[in-house]
Amino acid sequence: MTQAIVVDSHPLDQILRADRMPHIFCPGCGIGIAMRCYAQALLESGIPQQRHVVVSGIGCTGRVAGYIAIDSYHTTHGRAIPFATGLKLANPNLMVTVFSGDGDLAAIGGNHLIHAARRNVDIKVICVNNFNYGMTGGQCAPTTPLGAIATTAPYGNPEQPFNLPYLLVAAGAGYVSRWTTLHVRQLKQDILRCFARPGFTFIEVLSACPVGFGKSNSIADGLEELQLYRERCVIADGVPLEEMGIDLRENRPIYIGNFIDRDLPVYHPVSLTT
Amino acid sequence: MYTEIRLAGFGGQGIGLAGVLLGRAAALYGGLEAVMTQAYGPEARGGASSANLVLADEPIDYPFVQQPDILVAMSQEAYTKFRPTAKPEALVLIDTELVTPFAEDVVQAIPATRLAEGMGRRIVANVIMVGFFTRQTGFLAREAVEQAVRESLRPKLVPLNLKALAIGYEYE
Amino acid sequence: MHGDEACAEGAIAAGCRFFAGYPITPSTEIAERFAQRMPELGGVFIQMEDELASIAAVLGASAAGARAMTATSGPGLSLMLENLGLGVMLELPCVIVDIQRGAPSTGLPTMVGQADVMQARWGSHGNYSIIAYAPWSPQEAFDLTVLCFNMADRFRTPVVLLGDEVIGHMMERVVIPPAEQLPRWERKRPTTPPPTAGPYRAFEPDPDDLVPPLPHAGEGYRVHFTGLTHDERGYPDMSGEAHHVLVTRLNEKIDRHVEEITRLEDYGLEDARIVVVSFGCTARSARRAVREARARGIPVGLLRLVSLWPFPEAVLRELAQRVDTFIVAEMNLGQVRLEVERCSGRPAVGVHHAGGEMIHPEQILQAILRSAGR
Ligand SMILES: Cc1ncc(C[n+]2csc(CCOP(=O)(O)OP(=O)(O)O)c2C)c(N)n1
Ligand code: SF4
Ligand SMILES: [Mg+2]
Repeated sequence: MTQAIVVDSHPLDQILRADRMPHIFCPGCGIGIAMRCYAQALLESGIPQQRHVVVSGIGCTGRVAGYIAIDSYHTTHGRAIPFATGLKLANPNLMVTVFSGDGDLAAIGGNHLIHAARRNVDIKVICVNNFNYGMTGGQCAPTTPLGAIATTAPYGNPEQPFNLPYLLVAAGAGYVSRWTTLHVRQLKQDILRCFARPGFTFIEVLSACPVGFGKSNSIADGLEELQLYRERCVIADGVPLEEMGIDLRENRPIYIGNFIDRDLPVYHPVSLTT
Repeated sequence: MYTEIRLAGFGGQGIGLAGVLLGRAAALYGGLEAVMTQAYGPEARGGASSANLVLADEPIDYPFVQQPDILVAMSQEAYTKFRPTAKPEALVLIDTELVTPFAEDVVQAIPATRLAEGMGRRIVANVIMVGFFTRQTGFLAREAVEQAVRESLRPKLVPLNLKALAIGYEYE
Repeated sequence: MHGDEACAEGAIAAGCRFFAGYPITPSTEIAERFAQRMPELGGVFIQMEDELASIAAVLGASAAGARAMTATSGPGLSLMLENLGLGVMLELPCVIVDIQRGAPSTGLPTMVGQADVMQARWGSHGNYSIIAYAPWSPQEAFDLTVLCFNMADRFRTPVVLLGDEVIGHMMERVVIPPAEQLPRWERKRPTTPPPTAGPYRAFEPDPDDLVPPLPHAGEGYRVHFTGLTHDERGYPDMSGEAHHVLVTRLNEKIDRHVEEITRLEDYGLEDARIVVVSFGCTARSARRAVREARARGIPVGLLRLVSLWPFPEAVLRELAQRVDTFIVAEMNLGQVRLEVERCSGRPAVGVHHAGGEMIHPEQILQAILRSAGR
């Protein structure tokens, strides 16, 4: 006979809004895993929780702000980065993280993304890339691989996707990484490194959306996508950024790791007072 | 009193500053109401430049100059373009060496640019004209205009401009 | 001082220390003034990549506790409307300045317009109330900007200053009172420390005025703000009932206070049988016309709408009882006239121009003379 194991408390309780559970994520969805890594990093950061702020845009990933028990702002589609910029500049003491989806950050918010990277404003961006618009039901995103099926690309996506690390480095970001929801330890560690270094940082987290993307692209479920990550992920070591593009269907490596970590002048408003 | 004034010349002559000096002198130190407007955009670029002032002893409603009572022209183009927009009997002040007036027109003339060159600073021709204007029109106290010069310019530039103002004011 | 400069100085005098914007004629001088002044005062000036970002940054700064503003013109306001709605929903105070130019679209970039009146009122999707003021002089660009900040904080909501190119670019005397003489209404702030158990209720209205106190980021309240329909804790609540309660309150917190928000100026209304209604730069022409008509013995008065939104319905209803004719003078094709007709219950005479040049006093005078049967 099986028995349910009920636990009353969990170490993450203090940082998650227990009163908002259950969350909206589908079974097999990777967002919850990425959120856990972020929550764990918050606890381990050594920065008082009061100083942490999370800002999200709109999308499944955007709902993350609503589950983290710190000051949290769920804004409009695409505008998390400029909202976060305002927060950070008005109160530089805050540690501001933007946690949002690939569509939110790279499509409708794409302009803000490249400009925040160029400016090097001190915000930490975590981008959950599930290769589609999950929230609205599996439409094409600017990250959908060429040829992949989406509800708005029923014959296969005719467009090239963004190679996000390449884009961000070109735009001027000082710190760019990519992990998957399989790499929870590395991801958490990388978030902690972002907290510790000033300036704009960008972490892309490859994540399963079995409902919106997997099903129509021959990835049976979340587990199978993790399997795929296990087989194909390779730590990039000297691989040129141009090669970082992703095609889930091809038998090609998926490069992960930290791609760039360079010190660039961090944006500060001009001040003549100090 | 309700007086419409148009100051005009070419870009770089400091026409806008001349307007600001007169407007400030009137509104801040002259006990008058003053409104200044300038042309913006394509019209303001390129050759002609103008500043328009309304001075009055009552609140000014409509802010634009319609038919100037006073025209200050510091270039031929400005004179030719704006003289017909001013009242026929308008007081017209010109820079002698830059403007040849219409045959029938009665004008007051000062070689502002040459006098400025004489000071070694062609750029202050506008302020010389402001001094000349102050003397010719008589509705602003010399002290009020001097005060406006002191308040509107960087301290370094004040002595030079006060001198230019005096040259224009005392020109016979 | 130019109207644009006066507006920036008004904001600074009101304690605004955060400006995010994107250059656009005829509002650019406001951004330029902030770029000069913020570094001297330890404030933030940032030029963003577009207007979508500008207002988002302003809301973020407001959430962090700053008095924050942006300035634009019609094309930029169109982009800002998205997050104007977010500001309404999150109840984040801020000031949005629109120096109107000829529109629609790119229109007349350097020339005057007054056709964003309805856009300011209804531009973002959904039902919400908005507060908007329209200065008619550089002095008022200063004074009303101060008022905008006070109203924004008082009602925890975005406030619009609807200026126009004529006022923005004209130069006139501006008297700046000493800082301590300027009225300052502070944001209502939490009076209790962060709760030890359970969430702080950042959207629980004060029963007196329906305005909830605002906790700022970093104060330990662990607030959640969302543009989704939410309950008093700020948590999403996807029910029609919650939605109705929230949206009704957001409207009522402003509509209930129309009298407190409204600013009007009248000239010769006591004995008027004809009333000219106008605002912004056009009201200057209207006053000239009214003065001239009164000098000819015509019982005409001017009602100047210093505040445009919420519309002073009660005042117009009351006036309609004792006045024969309303004339509305505005640089658009009848946006305020429709409101006047709605409130007075009768057709009004419109003196309209689509924009580009100011309506001349003579045009309004002619309308008065016609209405007086002369
Ligand atoms: C202005 C606007 N346009 C469209 C939408 C509808 N919409 C909501 S979420 C979304 C896409 C989200 O995709 P992504 O950021 O990848 O998040 P995911 O759901 O995949 O985590 C869209 C198009 C919206 N909310 N607002
Ligand atoms: S739709 Fe996709 S991204 Fe959204 S919760 Fe479900 S699995 Fe996750
Ligand atoms: Mg997505």
